[in-house]
Amino acid sequence: MTGAAKYTADFTAPGLLHASLLTSPHAHAKIKSIDLSEAEKCPGVRAIVIGQDIPVLTGTTVEDRPILALNKVRYFGEPIAVVVADSEHEAQSACQQINVTYELYPVVNSVHQALESKPILVHEQLMNYTQVQKIQPEANSNIANQIKVRKGDIDVGRDQSEVTMTADFSFPPSDHAAMETRSVRAELLPNGEVHIHTSSQGPFMVKELISRYFLIDEDKVTVHTPLVGGGFGGKAAVQLELIAFAASRAAGGKIVKLSNTRETDITGSPGHIGLEANVKLGATKGGKLTFAEIHYNFNAGAYVDEGSDITEIAGLNCTGPYKIDHVWCNSLCVYTNHPYATSFRGYGHGELTFPIERAMDLLAEKLRIDPIAFRLKNTIKPGDTTPSQTKLTKSNIGNVAKCLERVKTLINWDEGQTVNLSDRLIRTKGISCFWKSSITPTDATSGAILTFNKDGSINLSCGVVEIGQGTKTVLAQILAERLKIHESKIHVMMDVDTQTNPQHWKTVASSSVYMVGNAVLRAAEDAIQQLCQTASIVLRCEPGDVDVAEARAFLISNPDKYVSVKDIANGYKYTNGNSIGGTVIGRGNFIMKHLTSIDKETGKGTPASDWTVGAQAVEVEFDTKSYNYKLIHAVSVLDAGKVLHPKSARGQVTGAMSMGLSWATREGFSFDKNGIVLDNQFRTYKMLRYGENPTYLVDFIETPQIDAPYGARGLGEHGIIGMPAALANSLSTAAGVPLNQLPLVPEYIWEQKRGEASDSN
Amino acid sequence: MKKTIDFTVNNEQKSVQIRSADTLLITLREQLGLTGAKPGCENGDCGACTVLVDDQPMKSCLMLTAETANRSITTIEGLHDTPIQKAFLEHWGFQCGYCTSGFIMNCHALANIHPDANAYEIENWLQSNICRCTGYEEIKEAIMSVLKTKEAGTSG
Repeated sequence: MTGAAKYTADFTAPGLLHASLLTSPHAHAKIKSIDLSEAEKCPGVRAIVIGQDIPVLTGTTVEDRPILALNKVRYFGEPIAVVVADSEHEAQSACQQINVTYELYPVVNSVHQALESKPILVHEQLMNYTQVQKIQPEANSNIANQIKVRKGDIDVGRDQSEVTMTADFSFPPSDHAAMETRSVRAELLPNGEVHIHTSSQGPFMVKELISRYFLIDEDKVTVHTPLVGGGFGGKAAVQLELIAFAASRAAGGKIVKLSNTRETDITGSPGHIGLEANVKLGATKGGKLTFAEIHYNFNAGAYVDEGSDITEIAGLNCTGPYKIDHVWCNSLCVYTNHPYATSFRGYGHGELTFPIERAMDLLAEKLRIDPIAFRLKNTIKPGDTTPSQTKLTKSNIGNVAKCLERVKTLINWDEGQTVNLSDRLIRTKGISCFWKSSITPTDATSGAILTFNKDGSINLSCGVVEIGQGTKTVLAQILAERLKIHESKIHVMMDVDTQTNPQHWKTVASSSVYMVGNAVLRAAEDAIQQLCQTASIVLRCEPGDVDVAEARAFLISNPDKYVSVKDIANGYKYTNGNSIGGTVIGRGNFIMKHLTSIDKETGKGTPASDWTVGAQAVEVEFDTKSYNYKLIHAVSVLDAGKVLHPKSARGQVTGAMSMGLSWATREGFSFDKNGIVLDNQFRTYKMLRYGENPTYLVDFIETPQIDAPYGARGLGEHGIIGMPAALANSLSTAAGVPLNQLPLVPEYIWEQKRGEASDSN
Repeated sequence: MKKTIDFTVNNEQKSVQIRSADTLLITLREQLGLTGAKPGCENGDCGACTVLVDDQPMKSCLMLTAETANRSITTIEGLHDTPIQKAFLEHWGFQCGYCTSGFIMNCHALANIHPDANAYEIENWLQSNICRCTGYEEIKEAIMSVLKTKEAGTSG
């Protein structure tokens, strides 16, 4: 707004060195040799690090990824070497003088190819990797993890069905494309302390991993995170931090800055997962779903990172928000020679929702039932079970049917799904339901600390990163509400510093308000108790006789008798100088409860604490001659539990809808036959721009989640989830052919209209 | 080989030592500490580095500092309480804030140069910037509130 807001790359320091990455020009090749002799002679060069200097494998689920490529490269853009120099341009020039010789390997260029019998292997040592979490790789294959879901009896479900559908669906990997590229500064002090400044969604994870991979005591590592210029899941992965630390260490511990170029950010750092899916659904003639048989084959790219967890949650929530008694799903996490994937807004749910909601429309069409009526017959409710056989309650799931009814009104469904505008222009509508749960470690935890200033204002310290989602504003609001004071009296520390802020698992999964919000409420209770204790002495009563509100501690029976919070929060001083009490420090924490691990044969277990549900619609204006289209309306109705901050909630939802529409209309990597990403800059990797957006219609249903702060459910990611499916349903209706691949560019619609077989890549 | 360039930045006379290859973005950020202009793509595609050169919006990653001799540069740090800054705050035209200074500079120039801009002109100008967080709705509300063009125009 004024230019004063500082992000990681905006800081500088005296003597700062600059690092630059050399990345792979090939998708799959043996590294025969790396010759650094010319590069080392370049002016300004202080150090060069290659994979062999740091031969450690990394990964949060399975340790399969070297910090810099070791022996071979597995994707286009993979970092091979880092050069440290006095200036950025010197580091960049020296990179170009590194001479790498390669022996090219055949490329695994799609999930389909990766799953062929006797495939080319992306990882030959798959079975020997250290598993951080229990996963199920398959020997001599590219399968890194497999989730099986077996609920009910699929044969019974098939027998009960009278009408069935089956279809294939797919989309390629794509990118988060946060406007700020990833950036790090690393420094190793002579006393062994490590300081990392990073644009990360997981500073506590960075601390843990730097400690683990470089064998440094965790108390020596401090990670600082200022404002982050967009994350969307992409900055929860830990990658550049490890390279920057190695670079600093090689340069004598001096402070080194490493910022991605846009090109490296798109392909070198992890992106959004791709998918090939097959869905079979069956129903009675009356439209009651009887079974779902689902194959999700995720394209995790060259390394697993979060891919195995995404695969897992997509399997466990595979059906979307529908009651289906007989479910069979195999969800595979598959290696390819594509850029690797990490968490992405929606975490597996936008991905599973596209095939499921397209399948629902295809089945409704076969049944000759209106798509909304068909969904309403089958929405999941309290008392039903999820595919992982978790029992749903009035608290842990919202009201899908109510969301759908509201969408129906907002999109004006009753005027007809297709409206003719002229001899070539038509308007069509498509809908989608969705659900989402977060998958967190069963012991994910958060803390909050409150301290009081002399003027009675409050400092709130927590480990949440501000990435534009406004969580810190909402936390201040939660605290203000509990203490009945104005929000302006609450100061939330914006930067995160792992040495002073209490632990927060990661700023992901729309879970910060739930986790930290609960911790904040407990910290408030703790502070109130301490304030009441001191106030009871001043007011000559029992602590239980006192309450705190509006910056006062007062007698419940007679609120006119009070003492100001500012006079007791740091000790109370009598007129003769005697003092009592002392500094009040409110402590609160939260840990996930009742989550269980998952049975590997059936998927049975409780992976999540809650499911946020919603329904969405997209209306397009479609040109039946050119197959071009315009986005006219996009609708989202979420069961938010409780809307804590209406303007911010709407902004999060419309922003996510925009991202979903951008993904569905135009985003997705194009690979050449050698696995090279052809669109690795914004000139070619297109995103939605001003004026291309539809008019957004957003509304909320409020079914409170009992154990959440004021009943509020997570909603930061959810607007994205149903957008691709709703758009595809709208365009399939408009074009009169099934459109089962993303992105939905006019050329693809034209190909389908011509009946041409299109490459599933 | 460095050379000296004199120019005006936010109404102050400045003299900087530059390499011929330095872009205006690099000079503003690294020599003058004006980090409001952000690198987003350094390829002219995203607009996060937009500044004004002689009152015209310019992507500072696409201009060499050498080209700016004796010209007048305005960055976000040179704007104070302008209508468009207030409008972005009031309409929540930002989330993570990274694209915001570029958008504001572009909108500020549009409001000064074409206060009567029609929907087509507004779209044409603002399509040079990318915002990944919002759905553009709030940015539209912000720019419309400072332009004299009061009808919503045709685009959503």
